[in-house]
Amino acid sequence: MNFMKSILGSAAALAIGASAAVADPAIIFDLGGKFDKSFNETAFNGAQRWAEETGGSFREIELQTEAGREQALRRLAEAGSNPIVMTGFMFADVLSKVAPEYPDTRFGVIDVGWLDMPNLRQYIFNEHEGSYLVGMLAAMASKTGTVGFVGGQDIGLIRRFGCGYAQGVLAVNPNASIIANMTGTTGAAWNDPVKGGELTKAQISQGADVVFAAAGGTGIGVLQTAADEGILSIGVDMNQNHLQPGSVLTTMLKRVDNAVYDAFKGNGDWAGTMQGVVGYAMDEHNASLVTADMQAKVNAAEASIKSGTLSVHDYMSDDSCPVLSF
Amino acid sequence: MDVMPKWADVVLVPLFSLILAALLSALLILAIGESPTEAFMLMIEGTLFRSAGWGYMLYYATNFIFTGLAVSVAFHASLFNIGGEGQAMMGGLGVGLVCLFIPWPHWSLAIIGASMGAAIFGMIWAGLPAYLQAKRGSHIVITTIMFNFIAAGVLNFFLVGPLKPAGSMAPATANFPTATHLPTFEDMAQLFGIEKMFRSAPANVSFFIALLACVGVWYLIWRSPLGYEIRAFGKSGPAARYAGVGSVKIIMITMMISGALCGMMAINTTQGESERLILNFTEGAGFIGIAVALMGRSHPLGVLLAALLFGFLYQGGAELALWTKIPRELIVVIQALVILFTGALTMMVRAPLEQLFLALRRP
Repeated sequence: MNFMKSILGSAAALAIGASAAVADPAIIFDLGGKFDKSFNETAFNGAQRWAEETGGSFREIELQTEAGREQALRRLAEAGSNPIVMTGFMFADVLSKVAPEYPDTRFGVIDVGWLDMPNLRQYIFNEHEGSYLVGMLAAMASKTGTVGFVGGQDIGLIRRFGCGYAQGVLAVNPNASIIANMTGTTGAAWNDPVKGGELTKAQISQGADVVFAAAGGTGIGVLQTAADEGILSIGVDMNQNHLQPGSVLTTMLKRVDNAVYDAFKGNGDWAGTMQGVVGYAMDEHNASLVTADMQAKVNAAEASIKSGTLSVHDYMSDDSCPVLSF
Repeated sequence: MDVMPKWADVVLVPLFSLILAALLSALLILAIGESPTEAFMLMIEGTLFRSAGWGYMLYYATNFIFTGLAVSVAFHASLFNIGGEGQAMMGGLGVGLVCLFIPWPHWSLAIIGASMGAAIFGMIWAGLPAYLQAKRGSHIVITTIMFNFIAAGVLNFFLVGPLKPAGSMAPATANFPTATHLPTFEDMAQLFGIEKMFRSAPANVSFFIALLACVGVWYLIWRSPLGYEIRAFGKSGPAARYAGVGSVKIIMITMMISGALCGMMAINTTQGESERLILNFTEGAGFIGIAVALMGRSHPLGVLLAALLFGFLYQGGAELALWTKIPRELIVVIQALVILFTGALTMMVRAPLEQLFLALRRP
């Protein structure tokens, strides 16, 4: 009997050991690439933080083709990666097909909030609210009353950033004018710093003295040009204040890193939709640019958004923006 | 007379070019601290030893066959069609409209309709630069490449506007109705009672349409009066004109055939794989088509083989990305090396080979 028990015990231990060994998490980066100093890199940082804290290792893939999406997902699931986290809403369609076929694998996805599956955890962010806050800061920092917005690819998600931003600007200064440009219409628009710089110059010539870049890698060019021309800029996703110290007014934070970290930890019930954190970044690089008074106003707005007394119009709710036309 | 026998020109030159590209890639992989042999084995294993790998390779190859053939046809008339990308995008729009707005009872009818939609849209998109070239002398290289950007703009307009389902974030149309979904290789294998073959791979019946297109292009170029006129025009425009071949007619027809072939690539990606129209579905296949046509010597058989090679590189590259730490940029570099050696630097390989054959011939 004892013998039997010990055999069963060791078999169980083996089984646990084996499953623990193969159950490394995995992350799939969308076509934008891992090192965009923005969205995807934030996700990578979250994964990296998990690896450093737990000493674990994770598998990572940068997609190359659209058709590779499903392939990567299936191969990872078959190889036993668990959980598998994806960055970007473009995975939604593939996920709804693949996830039910691998019920034992837990999937996590960023920027998707409309699926419902028992093995899927979704992370959504209220980008319009975060953009509203930095829009307020932009209007308060602007001397000319004209501020700019440089978007990446012209899609609903980015219009959501722009619309929230415009509402924040107008909340502070109802007479302000907002110049909004999109970098392009294809995926290449996420990674075109030269065009970002050109758009910034064009906006400066129209009087803009604060420019918000919600454009992935393209934003690097926006921040650079703003610094060169002596105006202020606003970064996006991961804290970009340090990229051009003294010129970046703030960054609209979208804590994708926290989402990935949370998914890799995998605590609690897996299924469901998680609300990610958005906000604005303060550190030693922009302390001189944002006064305590400005902070107080923005913090008050943040609080009233949280409590529901202030609602920011979401472009994606009805595909239109009352204060800005794109 | 030729310095080299024809078989050497067709077989040895691409082979040596490939070996050179492989060697250089191996050095690169070594330089970043990975094992080239392991990487190579991964590519082979992930592509050729798995039926799903074949499914992906043939899927990519289908795209490259269409675009490669398109560039080849234009080459025969000495026209350089760089607009494959844009023509394919418009083709996709054609497929999307046909699949979304016509209630097809069965996929076999839908694919005929979608092919026609794709071909007509691609044809129009190639026809405009062709008209400008034929009538106004605007250089086709410049106009076709500029039309790529216009096509991207048009596609984007439709995908963020009229064709996007309300509330959806992705720049894509709604899913096509189930009746239009093309049978994949997996479905076809199941038809023969074979389970678990080509599991969830995207290769579909449009591969066979691509093969038909190969035969069609071969017949067109070498067996039809029109093909003869195209080739005559390609060798010398003035001479062809003297012989009674209208340059306007040849430029227009050749480019429209080329555009139609590019457009038909979209059946594979749009109707076959994603089953909805997405932005960026061409993924550079229009440009790869140029390399495929160069490598395949503008011959349908050569195009087929070159397309298979590039399909292998794409699928092998995906395997490398999955299982190694080789960054995706390096995979692009490897693919570019193959293009460089097989397309641009063929003379570098051919000249020494010719010398060798000359030396062998001397008594």
